[in-house]
Amino acid sequence: MSAPTWLVLGASSSIARAFALEAAAQGCNVILAGRDRDDLDHGASDVRIRHNVAVAVVDFDAEVVDTHDAFVGEVTGLSTGFGTGPLNVFLAFGLMPDQSAIDGDPDQAQRTIMATYAGAVSVLHRLAPILEKQGSGHVVALGSVAGDRGRIKNYVYGSAKAGLHAYLQGLRNRLFRSGVTVTTVKPGFIDTTMTWGMPGLFLVASPQACARACLRYAAKGAEVRYFPAFWWIIMTIIRSIPEPIFKRLSI
Amino acid sequence: MTWKTMTLTGWGRTRRAEVAACRPERAPAAVRLLQGRFDRGILAYGLGRSYGDAPLNDGGHVLLTERLNRMVSFDPDDGTLVCEAGVTFDDLFAAFLPRGFMPPTSPGTSFATVGGAVANDVHGKNHDRVGSFGDHVLWLDLVLPSGEQVRVSPTERPDLFAATIGGVGLTGVILHVCFRLRRVASASVEVRERRMPDLDGFMAGLAEARETAGYSVGWIDGMARGAAMGRGILETAETAPTDPAGTAAKAPRKRAVPVDLPGFALNPFSINLFNQAYYRRVPAAGRTRTLPVRQFLYPLDAIHDWNRIYGKRGFYQFQNVVPDAEAPAALRKLLEAISDARAGSFLAVLKTLGGEGRGHLSFPMRGYTLALDFPRRDGVEDLLARLAAITLDHGGRVYLAKDAVLDPAGFARMYPRLGEFRQVLDSIDPDRRIQSDLSRRLDIRGAVA
Ligand SMILES: Cc1cc2nc3c(=O)[nH]c(=O)nc-3n(C[C@H](O)[C@H](O)[C@H](O)COP(=O)(O)OP(=O)(O)OC[C@H]3O[C@@H](n4cnc5c(N)ncnc54)[C@H](O)[C@@H]3O)c2cc1C
Repeated sequence: MSAPTWLVLGASSSIARAFALEAAAQGCNVILAGRDRDDLDHGASDVRIRHNVAVAVVDFDAEVVDTHDAFVGEVTGLSTGFGTGPLNVFLAFGLMPDQSAIDGDPDQAQRTIMATYAGAVSVLHRLAPILEKQGSGHVVALGSVAGDRGRIKNYVYGSAKAGLHAYLQGLRNRLFRSGVTVTTVKPGFIDTTMTWGMPGLFLVASPQACARACLRYAAKGAEVRYFPAFWWIIMTIIRSIPEPIFKRLSI
Repeated sequence: MTWKTMTLTGWGRTRRAEVAACRPERAPAAVRLLQGRFDRGILAYGLGRSYGDAPLNDGGHVLLTERLNRMVSFDPDDGTLVCEAGVTFDDLFAAFLPRGFMPPTSPGTSFATVGGAVANDVHGKNHDRVGSFGDHVLWLDLVLPSGEQVRVSPTERPDLFAATIGGVGLTGVILHVCFRLRRVASASVEVRERRMPDLDGFMAGLAEARETAGYSVGWIDGMARGAAMGRGILETAETAPTDPAGTAAKAPRKRAVPVDLPGFALNPFSINLFNQAYYRRVPAAGRTRTLPVRQFLYPLDAIHDWNRIYGKRGFYQFQNVVPDAEAPAALRKLLEAISDARAGSFLAVLKTLGGEGRGHLSFPMRGYTLALDFPRRDGVEDLLARLAAITLDHGGRVYLAKDAVLDPAGFARMYPRLGEFRQVLDSIDPDRRIQSDLSRRLDIRGAVA
């Protein structure tokens, strides 16, 4: 059987870039999808030169859902062109403006939901039948600890991720029947541009470690995982604070 | 872009800098960053494998290049590679050794970046054969202090090219480097080790090796005195025609030093024991072994963060080069000064260098280069000053990648092309937007014209 292909959605982010490199290191082909064509092209040559696998770049904008049919068509074509290996999906996009920016401009709330949630549902829902038909493969999607509880600091983004978590539960339920695994990974603090220079961060994990973990979870067919794992404890505590108390906190 | 306040050190950890650091993940972001305002200058920082203050800018800004590490293009026919400057030698080996290519030359650690290799015009154990890293560079993309991006090569803006090779980061941020990888028949080297009983014997052995061997390097027992002074092990090596069965091009395993060792862990007694053991490890008749090339090139990389064995105060590394004709007298004086000071040094490295580099401030010259570590103890700065003075007396120079203590006058005498370098910098960076602790300490920019 020939090598699997990983479709990386939102391939410019630090975690996605690390994921593409790790997957290629394991011999998988990759399709990089995202908006910044220039950056994706650079990322693609990097993966190709380092690991000698097949790499393609496809334009993808989560917010423009009426392009998603064509996008999925193109991806399927590329993936079959690479060989008979299964198509896998790594979903890494999302839009997280400052909550204060959203409060000043409610249109930003709409965009956040489109890019983080509605766009994800749109593309995954179009990919689902293909995965069902192939009868194997993995979906790994980056959720967020922000989706575990609405907080004053980023509840619009958090609500979009919460929606995504629920959607992924259902998708897991559905695709399980055809042998496709769906893994939700909720990263804690990862060392990316997003967290660079944020005061008071502790135990920041590298994007490479996160990417490796995602591949590991996929291979095991894990359902929901926090990365690093200790975030499960933190989030269990945060989720268990009663609402009358939680509303007074500013964590 | 966010600036993060952090403390950076050189590899020797004797110098620290509080800096505002940014870490762009894409080249266009790096270009934009350089257009900002900086009161105390900005400087590129690779992976901090320089020992002293070359990559530091205390109280100023620093641009970390570690995430600018994409490979841009590769031509398997002639080995020409274009990569971003944050790519490491480790990356190069991982990607290309399985395909029969290697970097043309490499420093003694694989955790240096290509940008750092250009900025210090680094040399390896094959300098007599192939020159230093800068000799293999076909062109560079550079972001000037003004924020403008330019391509420089031996034919395009050759003066700026010469200032950038070995220019310790002062001409701007190197974005891309184009250079040629070397084809190799295997991922292994045949290493020959021989005992050298004293300094004269060692120098003769090295003189012969530079003409005949692909790689050569000497390890000297820095504590040996009297007739045994300068004794040690000479290693010469050639690329093996094939890999021995069962040794793939696998990356070597790595261990880490988990904590700083206490200062007393290294003392003249323990170091002496270690050095003696090292000498006796090789049988009197010598021996020949086939080793994975990385194990040969990077013996120290097997232990991560090995600089921590020197404890919190850190250590200095001294490296100089003296011209062939002066080497016998100079090396004798240097080794005497070292053993008199009982400063306690692990193995010293003695090698030959083949000739001058292409950069205004390139370190190499045809001669003998001596490198050794000193735990930072009281009085060791005096010893370093003494070693620099001996070097100057004999027409040699001290390596900026290692240095933390040289003074402006000594530096200016060691680097005769400093005037040309200053001229280029005055034209591309009149406002002195690029600065480092090294450039201020050695007054590299000179008085304002
Ligand atoms: C164990 C060990 C062994 C070594 N052996 C050797 C050896 O055999 N031969 C040898 O020559 N050296 C040797 N070195 C020194 C080392 O190779 C150099 O100091 C090298 O420059 C370190 O690279 P770096 O990426 O860590 O750069 P840094 O130390 O971070 O920076 C070095 C200089 O390069 C500049 N710089 C870095 N990146 C850029 C960029 N993108 N654009 C512009 N300027 C930049 C910095 O401003 C600074 O001036 C050794 C060091 C160690 C720790």
